[in-house]
Amino acid sequence: MKISARTRNYIYFGLFMAFIAVSFLLKYEPGVAMGNNFYLFAKDMVLILPPAFILIGLFDVWAKREVIEKHFGETADARGFVWSILLAATTVGGTFVAFPVANALYHKGARYSMIMTYITAASLVMIPMSIMEAAILGPKFTAVRILVSLPLVVIGSIFIEKLLLRMKYRIPEVQEVQK
Amino acid sequence: MIGLYIVTAVLVLVSFIADRRKTVKGIKIGVKKFRKILPNYLKLLILIAIVLFFTEGLIVRYLGQENGLIGIMAGMLLGSATMMPGFIAYPLAGVLVERGVLYMVVAGFVTTLMMVGVLTYPVEKEYLGAKGTIIRNGVSFVIAAVIALAMGVFYGEVII
Repeated sequence: MKISARTRNYIYFGLFMAFIAVSFLLKYEPGVAMGNNFYLFAKDMVLILPPAFILIGLFDVWAKREVIEKHFGETADARGFVWSILLAATTVGGTFVAFPVANALYHKGARYSMIMTYITAASLVMIPMSIMEAAILGPKFTAVRILVSLPLVVIGSIFIEKLLLRMKYRIPEVQEVQK
Repeated sequence: MIGLYIVTAVLVLVSFIADRRKTVKGIKIGVKKFRKILPNYLKLLILIAIVLFFTEGLIVRYLGQENGLIGIMAGMLLGSATMMPGFIAYPLAGVLVERGVLYMVVAGFVTTLMMVGVLTYPVEKEYLGAKGTIIRNGVSFVIAAVIALAMGVFYGEVII
């Protein structure tokens, strides 16, 4: 019998949960620590992902291809990078949300350099996280980090685009869920 | 967080008033995409929980290197290998700085933590493809190294 990757991942999840549950019962320290780590992450993801995916779905039906192409596609000018970075700065949930959003943008006609700028910026300049960083490590740290990284992000994204285009690379369509 | 829910609710409502059928279709697309990726996210969460358990000690132990360059390399490798939410990463970074770890080492660590994801590969490859993911992470690693060195210059830790 062939087990799909999907099912396998759910099985791993079940086993992990059983391991954590047993660890808590037997007070097995490493298991308890892993369970706590898992909870810290999962709590946030469970709250952020469902609304984020609803927004992505709405984007899919409402966003007009021509508009995305004009601002983020082949004909986009330097302002496209500014838009990508602003969109990234306000994205909640960091790269976990940025990946599916970037994929949706790409399939609506955004070019590689824009979606790469978006993803990279989403991991670097998210507003809530940067505020926290400035509070703990000092505003100088945050300012230097952001000011140094933004030009690099844009240059890096243009480089990635050149590379991917030379490879004639296409991002695969996200497959449908098998029933 | 609450903001996200308010924005989502308002947009769904506006969309619903504008076009009921489109809204239902949009939500269905969102749910479908979510269902498709959920098992990968779960796997990712498990990996993070396990790896974080083994690396937390290493982070505190290895980042306080006398040699700045080795410290940066250690920070970047650990940052790439692990993944942490900001509310854990920054307090940890604060502790590291208090213990005298160089700012550039902390910068290398924090930047790779956010930009380079070895663990996030199973999720990222679904959305960018395998090669797209590898190239993006490679370029991000180089950018993180430049940021770390720049930080060293600004904080006077690297003399040029």
